[in-house]
Amino acid sequence: MTLLRLGYLVLLWVFVYSVVRVLRRDLYGTRITSRKGGGREKPAPANGPAAPRTGAPGARTAPAPSRTRPTRLVVSEGPLRGTTLPLSTSAILIGRAPSCTLVLDDDYSSSRHARIFPSGDQWILEDLGSTNGTFIGAQRVTTPTPLVPGVQVRIGQSVVELQR
Amino acid sequence: MATVEPGRVRSGRASELGLLVLALTLGVGAYALVGLGMEGSLPGNFYVLTFGMAALGFGLHFVVRWRAPYADPVLVPIAVGLNGLGLAMIYRLDLASQQLKGDDPGLATRQLGWTALGIIAAGIVVWVLRDHRTLRRYTYTAMIVGLVLVLLPLVPGLGKQINGARIWVGLGPFSLQPAEFAKIAFAVFFAGYLVTNRDTLTLAGRKVLGLQLPRVRDLGPIIVVWIASIAVLVLERDLGTSLLFFGLFVAMLYIATERISWVVIGLTLFAAGAVAAATSFAHVQGRFNAWLNAFDPEVFNARFGGSGQLVRGMFGMANGGLMGTGWGEGRPDLVPYAFSDFIFASLGEELGLTGIIALLVMYLVLVERGMRIAIGTRDGFGKLLAGGLAFVVAWQCFVVVGGVTRVIPLTGLTLPFLAYGGSSLLANWIIVALLLRISDNARRPTPLPLRGAPAQSPPASSADAVMPDDADSLPEEHLTPGVSPGVSPGDATEIIRAVDQ
Repeated sequence: MTLLRLGYLVLLWVFVYSVVRVLRRDLYGTRITSRKGGGREKPAPANGPAAPRTGAPGARTAPAPSRTRPTRLVVSEGPLRGTTLPLSTSAILIGRAPSCTLVLDDDYSSSRHARIFPSGDQWILEDLGSTNGTFIGAQRVTTPTPLVPGVQVRIGQSVVELQR
Repeated sequence: MATVEPGRVRSGRASELGLLVLALTLGVGAYALVGLGMEGSLPGNFYVLTFGMAALGFGLHFVVRWRAPYADPVLVPIAVGLNGLGLAMIYRLDLASQQLKGDDPGLATRQLGWTALGIIAAGIVVWVLRDHRTLRRYTYTAMIVGLVLVLLPLVPGLGKQINGARIWVGLGPFSLQPAEFAKIAFAVFFAGYLVTNRDTLTLAGRKVLGLQLPRVRDLGPIIVVWIASIAVLVLERDLGTSLLFFGLFVAMLYIATERISWVVIGLTLFAAGAVAAATSFAHVQGRFNAWLNAFDPEVFNARFGGSGQLVRGMFGMANGGLMGTGWGEGRPDLVPYAFSDFIFASLGEELGLTGIIALLVMYLVLVERGMRIAIGTRDGFGKLLAGGLAFVVAWQCFVVVGGVTRVIPLTGLTLPFLAYGGSSLLANWIIVALLLRISDNARRPTPLPLRGAPAQSPPASSADAVMPDDADSLPEEHLTPGVSPGVSPGDATEIIRAVDQ
């Protein structure tokens, strides 16, 4: 009986130990991403999920992708540098409001700052009456302007561009 | 806030299966040892119970495997293990009352029925709820449901008063504690409410002594919840539930805003409420007295509201000592309500300190998984919901175990999964199901290249490039409707709004 009693306690702890062993994988092979800009980048150990990125991203979203169509919107400067949004068929709203597609944490941008929407074969950039303006180079965007991949658009402290 | 993702995603279903077998062995082994210890033979319905538990556990495992393949692997085994241990202890107390008093309360059979119901309910939740973010649409519905559930016991004819507390609702032969379900509804409501309003709660207001004080008008909701929890205390005379709701709200406010000031404000309000309650309500006063002067013969022998139960439970645990008396060898039946409020003392007597520390570690891991899921998931609503649900479990454990071990005054809450009680079991299984669903969402690898290489780096080097993550990456549902047929285009904006900033 004593054997059974102690054996049961051992079994209890064996269970706890195996649970903790399963959890051990949390300590290794994870990628931590801070939401606060700055130290957001920590390389993924070894074979991270790099594989899905190598294919053309547009192939899954756009029904008929051509080689010249931009496939993603990339933030190239600012607190969100490196953020990538795949382009689909819907418009992308940029601003500080949480309802935006690309939410900028930036005092120099308006809550609904600018919009990038598809029209036919190209993407159009439209300023939504922002306080500090949307700029292509040094020129303020006042009317909806077609956006070519590689052209840098400044919104507050951030710079976004379309990429293929 | 940060997001933690596994570098190489393993579904963990194989580990879950292995742990589940161990957990079932724990429950069934305890049941067998109870029979051997008390009657010298295996219990009569041993094989029924074994197959029943195994079928339920494996059934849930396969539902998870099918519907939430990336869910956390340790939640189900821990819940099954705790549930099995509770069942064995309840059966053991049934046997004791059979042998000593000659009547069989049949609590174990009912608890087994509730276990089946709970596991089936968990399976249904995992099955039906494809994405926890749909719950966000029912934020205010959840609030109303929660309030109605809390007030239900006050309805004349429907509510039942048992042992002074009016928290039961009679449904034919069954009685339910609607507050157990209200806590889930409130967690959903708080998560939905805070994810939209946390910015005003975080940023507006003045700084005093290093504490960011919120504006007075932003204090509205916390005041409302405080009043509600006091109302529960006054009208239903239920200290535990009132503590639970208030603690849940303060904890979720803290998770949402990362402001210590909310904890300070919450604790201050709670202290004020506690002092007021302790001075004006006799039953609260009695609890305090039984806690502080537990070993007074006068308090011990008091007919109502004395410390007899508490002290007997402590003597039981002392009798258990380090290694426990063994299943069926102690006398936990001497404690009133040994199967529900004091099941922790009963287990402490029979399993000893070694055993109950293992139980506490199991709870700790359960709560840690909840918090870990909150860190891992990408949307703010999921973070808050998982954090809140994990906190509910932790808070209940603290209040019950603290009460039984005389760390804090005794309050009537149930120990998740262990204690006898259908509503509690059902509600906790639903909590596990929600956590499973959120964790599946958190750990599932996205089929889309949402986190691309940083700008200006040639695509060729993207394989070894850093992978910045951001909240603003679109959830995959928005882009590939084919991936989740349950999400209609109308949900797209809702999902985008749900994305954490």
